[in-house]
Amino acid sequence: MEKFEKLTGVAAPLDMINVDTDMIIPKNFLKTIKRSGLGVNLFDEMRYDDDRNEIPDFVLNKPAYRNAEILVAGDNFGCGSSREHAPWAIKDFGIRCVIAPSFADIFFNNCFKNGILPIPLPQEQVDLLMKDAEKGENARMTIDLENQVITTSDGEEITFEVDSFRKHCLMNGLDDIGLTMEKVGAIDSFESKAAQERPWV
Amino acid sequence: MSPKTLYDKIWDAHVAHEDEDGTTLLYIDRHLVHEVTSPQAFEGLRMTGRSVRAPDKTIAVPDHNVPTTLDRAKGIENEESRIQVEALDRNAKDTGIHYYPVSDVRQGIVHIVGPEQGWTLPGMTVVCGDSHTATHGAFGALAHGIGTSEVEHVLATQTLIQKKSKNMKVEITGKLAPGVTAKDITLSVIGKTGTAGGTGYVIEYCGEAIRDLSMEGRMTVCNMAIEGGARAGLIAPDEKTFEYCKGRPHAPKGAQWEAALNWWKTLKSDDDAHWDKVITIRGEDIAPVVTWGTSPEDVLPITANVPAAEDFKGGKVDAARRSLEYMGLTAGTPLTQVEIDTVFIGSCTNGRIEDLRAAAAILKGKKVKDGIRAMIVPGSGLVRAQAEEEGLAEIFTEAGFEWRLAGCSMCLAMNPDQLSPGERCAATSNRNFEGRQGRGGRTHLMSPAMAAAAAITGRLTDVRELMT
Repeated sequence: MEKFEKLTGVAAPLDMINVDTDMIIPKNFLKTIKRSGLGVNLFDEMRYDDDRNEIPDFVLNKPAYRNAEILVAGDNFGCGSSREHAPWAIKDFGIRCVIAPSFADIFFNNCFKNGILPIPLPQEQVDLLMKDAEKGENARMTIDLENQVITTSDGEEITFEVDSFRKHCLMNGLDDIGLTMEKVGAIDSFESKAAQERPWV
Repeated sequence: MSPKTLYDKIWDAHVAHEDEDGTTLLYIDRHLVHEVTSPQAFEGLRMTGRSVRAPDKTIAVPDHNVPTTLDRAKGIENEESRIQVEALDRNAKDTGIHYYPVSDVRQGIVHIVGPEQGWTLPGMTVVCGDSHTATHGAFGALAHGIGTSEVEHVLATQTLIQKKSKNMKVEITGKLAPGVTAKDITLSVIGKTGTAGGTGYVIEYCGEAIRDLSMEGRMTVCNMAIEGGARAGLIAPDEKTFEYCKGRPHAPKGAQWEAALNWWKTLKSDDDAHWDKVITIRGEDIAPVVTWGTSPEDVLPITANVPAAEDFKGGKVDAARRSLEYMGLTAGTPLTQVEIDTVFIGSCTNGRIEDLRAAAAILKGKKVKDGIRAMIVPGSGLVRAQAEEEGLAEIFTEAGFEWRLAGCSMCLAMNPDQLSPGERCAATSNRNFEGRQGRGGRTHLMSPAMAAAAAITGRLTDVRELMT
């Protein structure tokens, strides 16, 4: 997994609540058997019209945000299905950090598995970052994971929380399965104990 | 010992390893797999030379992409869909996991097949690369959806890296009124808590109205816990649960059944257990409901009018405005005047035998209104067979419904069953998101009885008007 340490980039404002995974990547793109190449279809139905022309009003189609690396969005971002195609599409587009007042549980977990940092912040702070993002491409934010600080284009600093294990994995680009495999002894002993206690499982 | 919730008890029984910061390796008893979220996970195993740790605890069935038309034996036309199903065929064969291919009469929606075959049992941990895994919570199992990376993690290690959620109790007291069903309960809860209300929690549903539900109804309630944002929803097992499980192909037998039963009977929240959040709704206050917008929280009694964006607060004002425009609705219109084009009865929310019985009870001797496209997609091949045996299929076809083969179908429209732009559907599925049932399609969520009523009148309808 790609490491996430410090990121400075353009933040795109997507001021909508309940952005669901069907919006992030519609189901017709779930038929792939690969993880890559979904960036072009990120937010597909909001980004393109019926004839596949770009809809100019959509934030990621605006010149200032075509290379956005950060997304600032409304409450309950990523609600809906468990499709990991959603973070795959976000990552493939080039976005490495999503900031919102809250995230849906499965989407939130999926981000960390793909080198994306989701940051939940109180509404007032998201509002402030949304305003900053609305300034366009000259307004670049910095996300410093090690120190858990977001710096706005005006130099204002906002601290954020992140689970220590997940931070460690992101900063070192660690593969979860490899880490768990190191604990295979514990799994083995749990399995034999459970086989005694609940042999019907 | 400190008092525990049911969730605490199941969690504690599955901790394989715990770090100081609470990061836990949770052992997984059942891993359900379908064709859409698994190919990259199996590919990951191949690339790293890892194998499936517990093929015996892993069950796969194709459901999202499969055609539901009667001629599906001829194969899947869409090449990408076909490749996904073929990949699952191959991965199941290569790894030796349990498999129900498209040609098997037991094939169906993974969340219907699991309980039906006795894979899902009380006290288990159940995961699947699908958010509606919450369904299995109806058995008093801890069941939730996972992403593809986690599918790969479970395939390789039979565990998940987890942090514990908080406990929420949702109590539905008293009795339901006639015409009110499990679907109305679960939608009403989401209407009250919002789609983010359950974020960070595992919900236990309890109370007289929940106890009174059949296992099918309880599955409907738990199925939509995810729409309320919760990691999982569960219901303590009782005699109904045990009765449902008994004799199923993969349920324990003989002495093992007795041993299992002894443990299952301990699976309930202690009286003085701690709840981080409690919601109580009176069963008598729940009406037959429909959704009007593009979020499952946009729930109103069928007797209400379409709301105005200004009725809401904060970010919901813009969201409601966008929803009303997308749905083509005008504030103030009585919901019962909203005309529909299509009716879809099925899905992991409402594709079980009881759902079909409820629809048949309304449709018996009636006709689908002219011009309405109506389809019923049973949740599994066995549900289909049972409905035929009970004479329900005949009622559906005589009424003018298409009677399909099992699959996810128009719930998420990955197969050819889709809405066209602007087409309005009365659906028994679980999501009314923009484009969910097809680009530009407009979805109103409701119970099977309400969907059947809408098919007869051609508009959103209060099912109580058709009940005799």
